[in-house]
Amino acid sequence: MKKTLFDKVWDAHVVKEMKDKQQILYIDKHLIHEVTSPQAFNELEQRGIPVFRPKQIVATADHNTPTIDQHLPVKDEMSRNQLNQLSKNCSKNNITLYDLGHKYNGIAHVMSPELGITQPGMTMVCGDSHTSTHGAFGTIAFGIGTSQVAQVFASQSLLLQKPKSLRITVDGDLKPGVLPKDVILYIIAKLGTNSGTGYFCEYAGTVFQEMSMEGRMTVCNMSIEMGARGGMIAPDETTFNYIKGREFAPKGNDFDKKVAYWKTLPTDPGASFDQEYHLDAQDIEPMITFGTNPGMGIKINESIPSEDNASFEKSLAYMNFEKGQSLIDQQVNYVFIGSCTNGRIEDFRAAAKFIEGKVKADHVTAWFVPGSQQVAKQIEEEGLKEIFEQAGFQLRQPGCSACLAMNDDKIPEGEYCVSTSNRNFEGRQGQGARTILASPLVAAATAINGKIIDITKQFV
Amino acid sequence: MDKFTKITSSAIPLAIENIDTDQIIPARFLKATDKKGFGENLFRDWRFDKNGKINNDFPLNDKRFSGSILVAGDNFGCGSSREHAAWAVHGYGIKVVVSSFFADIFKGNALNNGVLPVQVSPSFLKNIFEAIQNDSDTEIEVDLENQEITILSNQNFESFEINSYKKTCLINGYDDIDFLVSMKEDIQAFEKARVE
Repeated sequence: MKKTLFDKVWDAHVVKEMKDKQQILYIDKHLIHEVTSPQAFNELEQRGIPVFRPKQIVATADHNTPTIDQHLPVKDEMSRNQLNQLSKNCSKNNITLYDLGHKYNGIAHVMSPELGITQPGMTMVCGDSHTSTHGAFGTIAFGIGTSQVAQVFASQSLLLQKPKSLRITVDGDLKPGVLPKDVILYIIAKLGTNSGTGYFCEYAGTVFQEMSMEGRMTVCNMSIEMGARGGMIAPDETTFNYIKGREFAPKGNDFDKKVAYWKTLPTDPGASFDQEYHLDAQDIEPMITFGTNPGMGIKINESIPSEDNASFEKSLAYMNFEKGQSLIDQQVNYVFIGSCTNGRIEDFRAAAKFIEGKVKADHVTAWFVPGSQQVAKQIEEEGLKEIFEQAGFQLRQPGCSACLAMNDDKIPEGEYCVSTSNRNFEGRQGQGARTILASPLVAAATAINGKIIDITKQFV
Repeated sequence: MDKFTKITSSAIPLAIENIDTDQIIPARFLKATDKKGFGENLFRDWRFDKNGKINNDFPLNDKRFSGSILVAGDNFGCGSSREHAAWAVHGYGIKVVVSSFFADIFKGNALNNGVLPVQVSPSFLKNIFEAIQNDSDTEIEVDLENQEITILSNQNFESFEINSYKKTCLINGYDDIDFLVSMKEDIQAFEKARVE
């Protein structure tokens, strides 16, 4: 039988088929962080159940961490307590933790791939919906709730019903200035925020074949924003080259053996999907969002559409935008470059390329937050830090930061923020904050100009 | 987990689409290390303004509406995987959420906390909203055993889907951990037999 990439990886992890279409799925790697794990540890402790496979768990502190003065004790008491709880739980259960300040610390979905923990053909979970990021490697990776975190602690498995399959094919050449973030924002705007619910999505076509691993991660990361539990891209030479030599990647003969297996994973020609979409790369332009869900996106030089729908109007009222309005020249006082979506080295390179030799607009507060310690180091080594500093930007320390504003990196009420993160929900970046999602290039251009500019004009 | 069989209650209407988990429970309330107290902050930023002043127009604050059933617009619970959203819903006293569509992770989280997500057709959802509009005391009956939801005032009803395993879990108050732990031998055998 012809199988999809998803089928191959899923079927290889089914421990047992139960009745009612339920299957026990084995989980290879479990990433945990401070916010969604404490209650799961408590649950196990209350029931007297030990952690079954601690070596397959990797912990990091990322969601609730400051992005300045990380060497000092965390000021906020509840945050400090949550972080302490993670350390205690990890040491008690023999789980590797990359705590604040550790050279491998960073956002789970940035740290794990760059250390070679994430590998093709694996199943991975984390109590975070953006776990879909790891699908860029041809991995089945998805976000889970805390009850499921406890289940994986207890059994290294989950009881699941196999999702339906969806394939989105984008062929053709991307226009200049169109980044992977624009590709996924375009897909979500085109298909809608719940178009992927119940599905696992494969991204196929020349656009993804030619994309870097960082770009593929950006795309897979936002699969959840169209409702899909996960997104996947077939592993290829780009994938193998990325993994080779990384800290926890297989070495020597083992690596070659793995590659031989990974090469068998791509979807068989003629395999069928429950749903398919075909899109043309030439239709994609730099994107921005205007509303309060990631599906409310437009091409940067388009006007806000008109829809007679109470929820749509509520959303525009929150953003203080009007139907038919263009966002070009919209003044913006805050810019955030970072997150598990766009906090990798390539994102900072894209921003630096635009920023080099320019100076930021006076009224803009911009937070540049690397996704991990390793990204921070690379930014410094490549001389990007200097470019940012000369332009008037300050590089902060790694973490989720203003993407969800659990720490002090909050956008004030009523302010617009052009953000490279993944969600523009009401209050996501702080109570009353208004988020406009965009690529690192559009964010950098906004930070320099102090307003949204038509970036496509830079490429004519 | 609480056992769930049948519930008859008035309902709180929340006719907004795409309600995400950041609205259900904003991130700044995720710093706790236990499951207590989330109910107080359910829909915090819709219920209260920045200074803590109550928003009387919001259905949860509207004295006409009460009950253990929340009726919400399409695509409820999208966004983050935070189970805190399900704890907030449960903690507030909601036992059933009715919508025409649920996001996957929220649905699973709700079921793992004894909260039943009932997916109905868009027309039936409209019917419920109208019935509550006409009479805020309208009672709705959710019968898990027979998988039926009924608007008692007009006797309109619809059947709903639920995975039979999950249904058994809810009725008996079981969860997956005990089951998975009981499967350990199979899991260990799988680990042993694995060849990639």
